[in-house]
Amino acid sequence: MSDRKDIFARDILPAPESILRAQDMPIEKMADPRIADLLYQALRLFDQYAEPQAIIRELSSEDFSLVLNGEGNNAIDAPLYDIYMSADSLAMFAVTIGEKISDEISRLFRVSDFALGAMLDTAASEGTDNLANFLESSYKASLQVRSGSNSSLVTMRFSPGYCGWDISGQLKLFEFLNPDKIGIRLNQSFLMQPLKSISGVILAGAPKIFYFEDNLSFCDQCTTHSCRERLKVMQASNL
Amino acid sequence: MDIFQQIGDSLQNGDTDGVQTLVRSALDTGVKPLEILNSGLIPGMNRVGEKFRAHEIFLPDVLLAARAMHCGIDLLKPLMIKEGIPNLGKIVIGTVRGDLHDIGKNLVAILLKGAGFEIIDLGHDVPPEKFIKTAMSEKANIIGMSALLTTTMPVMKKVVDLARAEGIYGKVRIMIGGAPVTAEYARQIGADAYCFDGMKAVDTARQFVGQN
Repeated sequence: MSDRKDIFARDILPAPESILRAQDMPIEKMADPRIADLLYQALRLFDQYAEPQAIIRELSSEDFSLVLNGEGNNAIDAPLYDIYMSADSLAMFAVTIGEKISDEISRLFRVSDFALGAMLDTAASEGTDNLANFLESSYKASLQVRSGSNSSLVTMRFSPGYCGWDISGQLKLFEFLNPDKIGIRLNQSFLMQPLKSISGVILAGAPKIFYFEDNLSFCDQCTTHSCRERLKVMQASNL
Repeated sequence: MDIFQQIGDSLQNGDTDGVQTLVRSALDTGVKPLEILNSGLIPGMNRVGEKFRAHEIFLPDVLLAARAMHCGIDLLKPLMIKEGIPNLGKIVIGTVRGDLHDIGKNLVAILLKGAGFEIIDLGHDVPPEKFIKTAMSEKANIIGMSALLTTTMPVMKKVVDLARAEGIYGKVRIMIGGAPVTAEYARQIGADAYCFDGMKAVDTARQFVGQN
C-alpha cells in the first residue's frame, strides 16, 4: 500500500479547547471575548491557509528495520525495536499542512499582530497533529476492513526524534517514503519544511506490544512524555 | 488617576489605541518621552510580567499588551533618538543555523523590546559568524540565541567559541534558550545564561545591563 491523500482543512480543524490547552490556558478563558475573538480568527485563518496533504506507504518489518536503524544513532533501549518486531502491520507516513499557513504566521508577527500570530501557530501545530491522527485512523480502518473487523487491533505512531529513535532517522525515512511528493523537504539538521509537518511510522498490533516503561535512557530529555497519555487512551479504549 | 497610571492600565488591557492616544496626549502636555517610557509604559509592562508569572493572565494577554507597548515605543523612539537618549541596551537575537523555528525567538524579542531594549533580529538559520559580526559592528550588549532541535544546539557553542576568538567573550553577554536547551548545556558551552522563557530573558538581560 502506497498512497498520497488529499484532505480538507475542515477535516482537521483543531478544537478551541486543544488550542487553549496548548497555550497553558484554562478552558474558562474561552469566555473572555478577546480570547474568543482570537480563537475565532485563528480558526478562520487555519481554514483559509491550511493545505493538508499526507502520504503513507506500508512496508515489511524487514524493510522497516533498515529505516529504523537509520544512521546507527538510536538509543539501544528504543522501544520501537521490540514493538515493530511484534507488529502485525506497519506503514511510514508524512503529513503537512503546507507553507502558506507558516507564511501567514510570519506575516502576522511582522505587522505586530503577535497574539493572533501565536494563536494561529498553536492552531497550526494542533491541526498538523490532527492530520497525523486522521491518517492513523484511516490506516487502522483500512486494516480492519482488510482483516475483517478486528476490535483488538490498535495503532500507535512514532516519529524520529522521539522515544530513542534518533532524528537522523529522517534520512532513511525520506529515502523510502519520498515525502517530497507532497512538498516536504529535509534540511541538513533533519528539519522538515514546511515546518508544520510530521513524519514517522504507524504500527498496528495487539495492545500488549505497545507498553513500555517511562524510565528509559532518553526519557529524562523528553519534554512531552506524551507516550503516557497515548498508552492511557489505548488502555481505556481496550478495557 | 495620573497619565502614567492610565498609560499603564491601557497597556495591561492591551488597548493599543488607548496607549497611543494617552502617549500623544502626554507628549502634547510637555511630558518628556523618557518619563513616559519609565513611568508609564515600562511599569505597565512589568505589571503584565508579574501577572503572567502569577498565572493571573496568559500568553495572548501578554502579547496584546506587548503590541500596545510597541505602539507606544514607536511614538517615543524618534523623539528619544532626537534627544540622544540611549535605550536600555542592544541585543542581537536569532535562531541558529539549520533551525527555521521562529516563534519562540520572536516572542522573546517582542518582550525584550517591550522592556526597553533595542533588538536586532537576525531571523532564523543564522550562521555563527553573523551573530558575532553583528554584535561587534552594532556594539551590542547581549547575544540571544534560540535552537529548537538537538541537531542545531551545537551551533550555539560555535558562537561562544567565536566570541572567544574575536575577543568579545565576557564583554558581550550570551544567553540561550529553546526547547532542548538546559542550564547545564549553557554552562557546558560557556554561555552566560539559559533562559527558560521570554520573561526570564527580560530579567536576565536587565541584570546583564545592570538595570535590575
